[in-house]
Amino acid sequence: MYGNDFSAPGDAPDDTPGAGLLGEVEAAEAELRAAAARQRRGGPAPDEDLAAYFTEVVDAEQKIEPRDWMPEAYRRTLIRQIAQHAHSEIIGMQPEGNWISRAPSLKRKAILLAKVQDEAGHGLYLYAAAETLGISRDELVQLLLDGRQKYSSIFNYPTLTWADVGAIGWLVDGAAIVNQVPLCRCSYGPYARAMIRVCKEESFHQRQGYEILHTLAHGTPEQQAMAQDAVDRWWYPSLAMFGPPDGDSTHSAQSMAWKIKRFSNDDLRQRFVDMCVQQAEVLGLRIPDDDLRWNEERQAYDYSQPDYDELMQVIKGNGPCNRERMAHRRAAHADGAWVREAAAAYAAKRADKREKVAA
Amino acid sequence: MNGPFDFALALGDDALIAAQRLAEWTTRAPEMEEDIALANIALDQLGAARLLLSYAGELEAAGRDEDALAYLRDDREFRNVLLVELPNGDFAVTMAKLFFLAAYQLPLYTALASCPDERLAAIGAKARKESAYHLDHGALWVKRLGDGTEESHRRMQEAVDHVWPYTHELFAADPAAPVDPAGLRPAFDETVGPVLAEATLTRPERGWAPTSGRAGVHTEHLSYLLAEMQVLHRAHPGAKW
Repeated sequence: MYGNDFSAPGDAPDDTPGAGLLGEVEAAEAELRAAAARQRRGGPAPDEDLAAYFTEVVDAEQKIEPRDWMPEAYRRTLIRQIAQHAHSEIIGMQPEGNWISRAPSLKRKAILLAKVQDEAGHGLYLYAAAETLGISRDELVQLLLDGRQKYSSIFNYPTLTWADVGAIGWLVDGAAIVNQVPLCRCSYGPYARAMIRVCKEESFHQRQGYEILHTLAHGTPEQQAMAQDAVDRWWYPSLAMFGPPDGDSTHSAQSMAWKIKRFSNDDLRQRFVDMCVQQAEVLGLRIPDDDLRWNEERQAYDYSQPDYDELMQVIKGNGPCNRERMAHRRAAHADGAWVREAAAAYAAKRADKREKVAA
Repeated sequence: MNGPFDFALALGDDALIAAQRLAEWTTRAPEMEEDIALANIALDQLGAARLLLSYAGELEAAGRDEDALAYLRDDREFRNVLLVELPNGDFAVTMAKLFFLAAYQLPLYTALASCPDERLAAIGAKARKESAYHLDHGALWVKRLGDGTEESHRRMQEAVDHVWPYTHELFAADPAAPVDPAGLRPAFDETVGPVLAEATLTRPERGWAPTSGRAGVHTEHLSYLLAEMQVLHRAHPGAKW
């Protein structure tokens, strides 16, 4: 049904992006099954301290499930994080959706359309995971539309050329995977399970983006220039996706203790840089950082930090496309109101008829 | 229209232009589930278009592949029916287009599945299953909107009235084609009549019936659609993507 006939080019490396990370997703899935199989002592005793029981479950790498008691701040943190993730999937459809109508071949059009559709699907499972915490999707969508919840700042940058579709796949989806793979081991069961499914699909998207760039970088001089320009524009915003440096990150310490988060922002950013350097070489594209070099002592690449003041500006609503992205989502929601009302009215009439027949 | 080349090209163009219009809804649908459903239908149409255009290119034997046919022809060379190129309008217009198109494509692909040309038969066999889903989806929305609220009823009736004249072209006789579309009209009427009735909608009288799409004389809308669809491909002649 998806017309998705992606295949890797013969000269692409075997370890195309995401291969190692996908192994980690599978390990997390096995761990999740093992946690479910391990004996849990059937919930807290009647007079047991619920907070102590919660901590014990988290420390034992067991999963917290919707029926379990949890600290209010844990619930609020998860709602905020999962909703932000869901909103990012929905808003993230816009920059790539921008190129569906102009995709340069029918095969690329089919792959891109299927990808943007997958993002809508990810949004839906993530809203469903958030709903297990006692909030409705409608409420969350309203929080987004009112500007009271955020989405990933990266989607406030424009897609100016076809190569941007490739750069989003390679860099943005790549950074998202590095961020999300540890979430497959999150202490909250429904989020961990949703992330396993999302990561598997994201890894496929990253390969597709990488393949777009690979084709362009080995194409005409104009195509090569287009690919390099896209990497030049998307590199630093992608590094900023990991959030502020560890010293300035407000939510990190508590989330680590609760095993929602497993690695610091800077650790994940480093991991992403190390992964990209080798891939950029195979692509034949330059990472726009004159200070990028291997550090023998650290066994990692030294690199230039993104502009965190710019990140803060984009988070505050002052990125190139913040206003357009929100206006687009609000317009779609408002334009669809009469359709949703009609569907509800029709369903009510049908229920009414069935009741009359039953009576 | 006559031989298998013209036939495959015409059907491929219908599917391609329908896909391009449906994909315009991505990120704009009234519900998230509907965004996914419309993308799914667009993908089905695009998949059928690719098979049909590839086959047309082989029959023509002039070295044109699916992309050469999709990206390097001008609007006068496109053979799609006018219905698919009409702008999306509101959601009711899109559902009227989807419903009428599916009510034609389902019997068309079903008939094609048992035609003597093996390639066309295989395409028909695959596409008819997809068309059955498109028809269900379109019919469900026509009923919901027709028998929903006062506003949705008004919009759906206007949409049916607006799109109806363009349905006649779907059944223009072509006795030499692998499937003569004229023979599909009774199946279309049997599908459409009861759904419109259940939706409390009035079926328009037959009046104006434009039929020039198959001859390459289109509405003003098609060349804008093609300009957008073809711009990048044409800017880089000979490039691989």
